[in-house]
Amino acid sequence: MNVLAVAQREENRRLLVKLSVIAALMFGFGYALVPVYAKICEAMGLDSLVPATTRQSVENTQIDFSRTLSIELDANAHHLPWRFRPLVRHIDVHPGELVTIEYEVTNVRDYAVTGQAVPSYGPQLAGQYFNKLDCFCFTKQTLAAGETRRMPVVFLIDPKLPSDVNTITLSYTFFEVAGLKGDKS
Amino acid sequence: MSAVLDPHGHAHDHDDHHHTPTGLMRWITTTNHKDIGSMYLWFSFVMFMVGGAMAMVIRAELFQPGLQLVNPDFFNSMTTMHGLIMVFGAIMPAFVGFANWLIPIQIGAADMAFARMNNWSFWILPFAGSLLIMSFFMPGGAPGVGWTMYAPLTSQMGIGMDLTIFAVHLLGMSSIMGSINIVTTILNMRAPGMTLMKMPLFCWTWLITGYLLIASMPVLAGAVTMTLTDRHFGTSFFNAAGGGDPVLYQHIFWFFGHPEVYIIILPAFGVISQIIPAFSRKPLFGYASMVYATASIAILSFIVWAHHMYTTGMPVAGQLFFMFATTLIAVPTAAKIFNWLATMWRGSLSFETPMLFALGFLFLFTMGGFSGLVLSLAAVDIQLHDTYYVVAHFHYVMVAGALFTAFAGVYFWFPKWTGRMYDETLGKWHFWLSMIFFNITFFVQHFSGLAGMPRRIPDYPLMFETWNKISSIGSFGFGLSQLLFLYIILKALRSGEKAPALPWEGADSLEWTHLPTPAPYHSFETPPVIK
Amino acid sequence: MLNSRSFVACAFEQRAGQQRTKKEVMVFERVSMQRTSIIKLARIALMALAAFTLAGAAQALEWNLREPATKIGADIHTIHEYVMILIVVIFVGVFGVMFYSVFAHRKSKGAKAANFHENTTVEIIWTVIPLLLLIVIVWPATKLVIAQKDTTNSELTIKVTGHQWKWGYDYVKGEGEGISFVSQLKTPHAQIEGTESKGENYLLEVDNEMVVPIGKKVRILTTAADVIHSWWIPAFGAKQDAMPGFIRDTHFTANKLGVYRGQCVELCGKNHGFMPIVVRVVSAEDYTKWVASQKNPGAVSDAAGPAADASTVVAAAPAPAAASAAKTYTPAELKTMGEKIYTANCIGCHQATGKGMPPAFPALSGSKVVNGDKNVQIALVLNGKQGTAMAAFGKQLNDTELASVLTYTRNSWGNNAGVVQPADVAALRK
Repeated sequence: MNVLAVAQREENRRLLVKLSVIAALMFGFGYALVPVYAKICEAMGLDSLVPATTRQSVENTQIDFSRTLSIELDANAHHLPWRFRPLVRHIDVHPGELVTIEYEVTNVRDYAVTGQAVPSYGPQLAGQYFNKLDCFCFTKQTLAAGETRRMPVVFLIDPKLPSDVNTITLSYTFFEVAGLKGDKS
Repeated sequence: MSAVLDPHGHAHDHDDHHHTPTGLMRWITTTNHKDIGSMYLWFSFVMFMVGGAMAMVIRAELFQPGLQLVNPDFFNSMTTMHGLIMVFGAIMPAFVGFANWLIPIQIGAADMAFARMNNWSFWILPFAGSLLIMSFFMPGGAPGVGWTMYAPLTSQMGIGMDLTIFAVHLLGMSSIMGSINIVTTILNMRAPGMTLMKMPLFCWTWLITGYLLIASMPVLAGAVTMTLTDRHFGTSFFNAAGGGDPVLYQHIFWFFGHPEVYIIILPAFGVISQIIPAFSRKPLFGYASMVYATASIAILSFIVWAHHMYTTGMPVAGQLFFMFATTLIAVPTAAKIFNWLATMWRGSLSFETPMLFALGFLFLFTMGGFSGLVLSLAAVDIQLHDTYYVVAHFHYVMVAGALFTAFAGVYFWFPKWTGRMYDETLGKWHFWLSMIFFNITFFVQHFSGLAGMPRRIPDYPLMFETWNKISSIGSFGFGLSQLLFLYIILKALRSGEKAPALPWEGADSLEWTHLPTPAPYHSFETPPVIK
Repeated sequence: MLNSRSFVACAFEQRAGQQRTKKEVMVFERVSMQRTSIIKLARIALMALAAFTLAGAAQALEWNLREPATKIGADIHTIHEYVMILIVVIFVGVFGVMFYSVFAHRKSKGAKAANFHENTTVEIIWTVIPLLLLIVIVWPATKLVIAQKDTTNSELTIKVTGHQWKWGYDYVKGEGEGISFVSQLKTPHAQIEGTESKGENYLLEVDNEMVVPIGKKVRILTTAADVIHSWWIPAFGAKQDAMPGFIRDTHFTANKLGVYRGQCVELCGKNHGFMPIVVRVVSAEDYTKWVASQKNPGAVSDAAGPAADASTVVAAAPAPAAASAAKTYTPAELKTMGEKIYTANCIGCHQATGKGMPPAFPALSGSKVVNGDKNVQIALVLNGKQGTAMAAFGKQLNDTELASVLTYTRNSWGNNAGVVQPADVAALRK
């Protein structure tokens, strides 16, 4: 091996390391997309992936009586032995108005089950204007066998909501929290 | 010139006796780029036959409405495996094979930069391929989730899904190693005087593809790893129950998936950019603009991924952004097509098999570009998404873009590789049969897609029957025509005429001008000097 | 179609031939004979191809986008046609140049190669022209995208839930609020297996159609219970994926009466190809009548179904549920009813033989669950089994239906495990 060839090998090795580092970083990038995606969605008020655990603080806002929004309430239980429904299907509210609604959930099994509700909004961008002061979706809910519970959501719609939105769907899906079920079968 | 080279050839023959083991061990232990290139090409051909057989099963089931041959689960496995095998097993290794064979002899290097790693990156492939095939024999069969492997359907699959995920990991590792090797070879191993802007375009497209692969393959590895941990280790990246989102999988997958499309097509552009000038007997028109167009396609490919996801319910702003970015890709692509046409213009054209396949590529790929233009418009895409229109579109781009180009490349370099000529008449038959049957198979799928036939269904409403019959007949013809290709290659290997030193009058890259035909086992041990 | 065109061509040539001078006619006849024989050959070939391919195809060829029934559908048509015209122009331009070059610049014709290989002006021009063309295309598409996403001011909101492999419809808001049903493939298995001839709407017919009034803006909310599905009516130009755990929306305003059919368009497992979508567009009066028939418990047999679907409880529903649950059926009655329900809901996976398709779809014949404690089996069918394709049928079937199908499985294929009464199911629901 002459000097030139040795130098070349050294150079090749350096490039190999660099390119491998790029590959490793890109693998990490795939994972980094997970929090980035969550952040983007949060910023744009799209799918709220992480249920908010803290109450949002709301400044004192003016109620905009000139606008009336229709809020549709929807409920789904995903592979969960629960009966879950809103007490009203839709209500009319003014932006800025503090509203309380209730959902009712019943555990139809003869053992306790824990679930977590995940909210979703239609249209998706409405999510960022939906300020919740209290919600059963902030925490996990454990229902005893046969228990029925009424759970409130307290919210107000930010008056900054774009004027072309006049109907918002608030949908909750209850998922069973893994590991806490008393599997019978 | 060959007189100058002969002593080298002799010296190398001499070397062979000392260093090269014979028989099977030669192939297992080889670090020679030519051996490895040949193995890649044969492997990809075998996978092409396997994936093709699966396509035949799909088309046979779809020949008429109703369920006749296979059950819907097996049908889903077939579409999944056909896609995975063709993309990762056939097309990608084929072009890595070309790269191995050609890049060192086109830039005047003795071998690839990391010869031993080259050996590993090939020998991973047969294991990955067998894992894919083995998944059929697992309880639950091979996964029926589509080659895109969307969550959360993947979490319902049996153990075959895990084998597939491991196979994708291995295939990804192999191509990352392969592309590191290629990029290093191109950047560091060029002969003195071979500047980047003097390289044949095939090396350029592979340099850019190499970077694309290094940047996008690990992202796919991440996506399937997340699928694996979601399935078995209680994570919930893509499961809404644990705060995940199934749409996230699609974002990550297509962040890889769209560059992947260009990973497949760019080396093909390189092959075409060498064949068209050779048979036009005229230098490539707009070499520099070709390089820039390739680079801009590569960069754009990272910002268009969500055009595969318009129906997931993106906000308007997202749809518009991805629509604009996507249509932009048409600009450099169109520039490339115009450059090829300008290369042919006022040339002195002859139409041997490689040129026929190159022209076939030009025609079909442009057709695929047209349907791509229709699909790029988000409003229309929402209507056509997940229909046969999309199937037709990407087969025009993939089969024409990659497969026809691979055929063109094999016919073009076959004399250089083996020192023998293929049968020109049979080659032309192969081209015309492929061309006609390809169009019979896939052109009608535009119609069934427009009329509303969803993809990945084993049975369909009666109104789609005619198109599916025609398509199935075409596909059987297309499948059989490929056996002719195998026959042509075997015949040429056994008893092909001896190739002249320069079989193609207009070929002017280093492997034609500075090496004898066939290329000796060791070439350019002393780098040539390029003026 | 092609046949008739070549007929016309023949007839035209014959007519033209009569008016020629003798000499011309002779020449013409010779050419014409050659030509007609070519045409004849082509016709025979075409007829053979058509006969071969059309054999059994009962319907006319559909080769373009479907007849639109909404404005957005019509706009998609327009844009598609507009782009196609542009494509034809580019096609002619690009391939005109290519084929001219192929014919004129052949080496065999003695063409000598020129040696130009660069021209910056030309290259800039052909980069800018496509760019301008794109702007022309993208502009109308942008407007349409915005219209497609505008789901505001809807008069009726319907939630569509994708299940493996059926669709659930809940009328959330507007006239008909509270209506809820499950819609699944009605095509008999015998037609799919080929033992019976296929009907006109093969694979595109369902037991419960979604009904909407004409001219009203309908907002569709989609979600899914298991994996991703996608709801699509081609004639409406409305397609929206249904994501488990999330709600998405799209909309349509039908402007033509009629029945519109589509299929699930996102691969969702085994029976992806067998979950059609049917929407019936009716007049406002007919819609009111339909709503009344759905709301009147007497008109709907056993309206207990919705009672189980917690999210859609209607005030009136519990009463009939209680009534039907109280009733006791004879084993024979249950088995007969159960067989029908089994055929409609279970046969796809567990098969008519009860042998299933292990390991994904376990056999019911000889199964431990089926032959064991009836409460275990009831709970399993009510709530589904997580991580498998076994869906929760509690939402889709009422107590009587569940009791009968359970009784059927417990007393078929060699199983002999007793009877399940609606009251047993009702007890576990609560």
